[in-house]
Amino acid sequence: MAEYVWPDRANTSVLGTAHDKIDAPAKCTGAAKYSYDINPDKVLIARALGCPHAHCKIKSLDTSAAEKVPGVVVVRAIKKVGDEIQWQGDLLACVVGETEGAVAEGLAAIKADYDLLEVFVDAENLTAAESAKRANKAGGKVQLKNEPSGDDDKDFEEKELARLFKEAATVVEGRYGVHAITHMCLEPHGSTCEWNGGKLTAHLSTQNVSGTAGQFAGPLKLTADDVTVHCDYIGGGFGSKFAADHWDVLAAKLSKELGRPVKLMLDRDLELKNAGSRPSGYADVRVGADANGVLTVWDSHHWSSGGLGGGSVSQDVMPYVIVPPNFRRRVTNIKTNTSMARAWRAPNHPQGSAMSQTSIDDVAAKLGLDSYEVFLRNLVNVPKERAGVYEEEMKIGAKLMDWKAKWHKHGKGPAQGSIVTGLGMAIHTWQGGGHPSSCLIKIHPDGGVEAFLGSQDLGTGTRTVIAMVIAETFGLPVEAIKVNLGSSKFPASGPSGGSTTVGGVSESSRRTAEEVLDQLNKLVADKLKVSADALVAKKGRIADKNDASKSLSWKEACSLVGMTALEHKGKGAPGKTSKLSSSGVAGIQMAEVAVDRETGVVKMKKFVAVQDMGLVINRKTATSQINGALIMGIATALFEERIMDRKTGAFLNAEVADYRLPRLGDIGELVVEIYEPDSERARGVIGLGEPPMVSPGAAISNAVCNALGTRVPVLPITPKRVIDALKARTA
Amino acid sequence: MSKPEQPAHGKSGYSRRAFLKGSGAAAAATALAGGPGLIAQEQKATTLVAGLTTVTLDVNGQPHKVQVEPRTTLLEALRYGLNLTGAKPISADGSSGGSTVFLDVKPVQASTVLAIECVGKPIQTVESLGGAKIDAVPAAFAHHDASQCGFCTPGFVMAVKAFLKKNPKATEAEIRSGLNGNLCRCGTYANIIPAVLDVVKGAGNG
Repeated sequence: MAEYVWPDRANTSVLGTAHDKIDAPAKCTGAAKYSYDINPDKVLIARALGCPHAHCKIKSLDTSAAEKVPGVVVVRAIKKVGDEIQWQGDLLACVVGETEGAVAEGLAAIKADYDLLEVFVDAENLTAAESAKRANKAGGKVQLKNEPSGDDDKDFEEKELARLFKEAATVVEGRYGVHAITHMCLEPHGSTCEWNGGKLTAHLSTQNVSGTAGQFAGPLKLTADDVTVHCDYIGGGFGSKFAADHWDVLAAKLSKELGRPVKLMLDRDLELKNAGSRPSGYADVRVGADANGVLTVWDSHHWSSGGLGGGSVSQDVMPYVIVPPNFRRRVTNIKTNTSMARAWRAPNHPQGSAMSQTSIDDVAAKLGLDSYEVFLRNLVNVPKERAGVYEEEMKIGAKLMDWKAKWHKHGKGPAQGSIVTGLGMAIHTWQGGGHPSSCLIKIHPDGGVEAFLGSQDLGTGTRTVIAMVIAETFGLPVEAIKVNLGSSKFPASGPSGGSTTVGGVSESSRRTAEEVLDQLNKLVADKLKVSADALVAKKGRIADKNDASKSLSWKEACSLVGMTALEHKGKGAPGKTSKLSSSGVAGIQMAEVAVDRETGVVKMKKFVAVQDMGLVINRKTATSQINGALIMGIATALFEERIMDRKTGAFLNAEVADYRLPRLGDIGELVVEIYEPDSERARGVIGLGEPPMVSPGAAISNAVCNALGTRVPVLPITPKRVIDALKARTA
Repeated sequence: MSKPEQPAHGKSGYSRRAFLKGSGAAAAATALAGGPGLIAQEQKATTLVAGLTTVTLDVNGQPHKVQVEPRTTLLEALRYGLNLTGAKPISADGSSGGSTVFLDVKPVQASTVLAIECVGKPIQTVESLGGAKIDAVPAAFAHHDASQCGFCTPGFVMAVKAFLKKNPKATEAEIRSGLNGNLCRCGTYANIIPAVLDVVKGAGNG
């Protein structure tokens, strides 16, 4: 059996190059069809009505007038009288009609009455949450190097922490945090459902093509074989589109009842209110360090809300990456009248980073040290296997940022009028790896090659990566490989989450391609009368590596397979023994900002990311994904937040016009450097989606702090929060 | 996409499903732009229509018959009537730029324009830039990987097309200040800037 490895650098023609996405022209000319764009014959439009109140009981729900609206086909209550509603926008009813206008008129004609209940949405206010009985202790951890002297040493933990803080050369106390944000997928959650002879096809906007058929089947009393989930293109997911939601199942049910296809996509405000958010996170942190700024002791309490479920930011990310030998961390969960949080790019890590790597920068500020030096010295407190990578990446980053020349002590930089500039950095980690994935490859007698995977392309270039891997293996141009994704009828692949897709599909497509090539090589060997082991596929030919005169073109070789295509299905085998994929990356980011002390406006000047990801398959899409993460990170650092009205629980900015995100003019200069020395490349594919999303909050917050000499404690750093922080300092 | 509308069964005796249909687009446009006085002046030249009616839209150089209601947006007519789904429903008020198309050579948000306003005016959608010979703007977007999920991309491509018509020699600074009407969530802005600069440098900037 062949050993599954990647060719080394000198022997690649495709891997690691910068290749255009093969589906980019379709996306850029409107030809790409998203779930929202699927218009089967006689499709009906369905829309939902959201509850206007954040916490209430339904007193009455009358759909009779809506049913009489011309063009409305059916009105379906989702909730019933007596049901308790726990967040604003929870779906009450659904109207199906012939046109958008008829459906809108139908929705407006639904009459409902409510008994209002007490609302709590202010997750930042721990005291208020406690008195409203919305706060629950959610564990923690204490790790102290010294041991208690005996069983009767009951106060050991407090005494030992007190001793460590007393011995520390400096102690910093701070409040840090980041407000909740939403996913804001530009294509909202939803599906177009159609039936054919008792079988359902759901064109679902999903990150989980292979895993959602069963989620439709169960509630519809079918088995998964009677359901096809189809999604060629998805308009954003970011962790929020792993499931067939209850409104998707409703669309399928209504379509069956009505005998016509039904499209149910959430309106923008309902999308923001229902379909995913990232938990907020707030922390009180006390940290002790030696005179060099190296952390010796940490004590934190963080609280946050993942909505009604109350799940909060995991305790595992406090402190984040840089973990001193002695620490205590505590967590409190807060239940709010907001919809359930969903996974959001790099779950927990951005909050952990923003709540802890800010305190490290505050240590640098207090000691009057260069933040770069303090982070560098604190690499003694990171996992040993990554410390060297962080150090190398920091050196590269500092050069790209021109850190040394630009550095000034916190708050001591030259001002130009009211404008001050600052530098900040942060470091991060992520596991990634490869998810389970199967792949079917067909080699047609005329030389055509196609691959089938029940995976999905979120826009990160999954299709192109698969084509590149197979092209490399077969010695063909990328364009010669046709990649078919997006159907649950294709061999199963895992959901696209946690930076596992490229690891997963490159494992399965490389192994399957090698295996089917072995089969083809046997036919070629018979024909050429050479040993199959000596055959190599390169530059469109299969040739004896010892005698180049013995070769066939790819097309000639494929003609040997007979009348029907040579087919082979294989699967990836990620894990410790695989040489194709691995897990665990580092990554560093450095931000330079300009802050206007008069107006509080923060502008990005320059943002540097140095990122390892093991072996790079497509340099172009990898770079784009880091660019994208930096921009999303600028959003969470400076602009976006879910703004809730404390009194009513209303989500105040649930429209594109009100939910502030960066625009093209807000991003400054982005510099991306992929760190791929031989030592990292040899680890195989690791995955990239999450890691560069982690550091921006802390890096930008630290840069603002360096500019002002004052911490703006909670992200996003809006102009008002800058002004408030400056006022608090003066006071 | 759209907010639930209140049915307008007011004193005027017609609802939003009914609308004044003139001999051509001019009457409809006047009715939209003007107050009751203007409508009264135009009364002789107009008929009241309600429900579905067939109009002809000039889309990408071809006449297309499409059934619309008076309240049907151009976006809905394009997407459902003509299955031209390049323009995207991202925000009903146009604040995302996702439904950018050209109406009478000018960029508009198709989600904020009524289909009947568009009768008699040329409409150009992003689909016109595709086909066998792809236009320079989407080609540069593809080459610079200026799309990720791609849902905002058609609107962005049309916005860039319009921007370059006005600013054929745009500098990077002008690009950074002139393309802020479109929203991208995945973060493709850094790739869009060099794509636009490439079109400026190339000859295909028509």
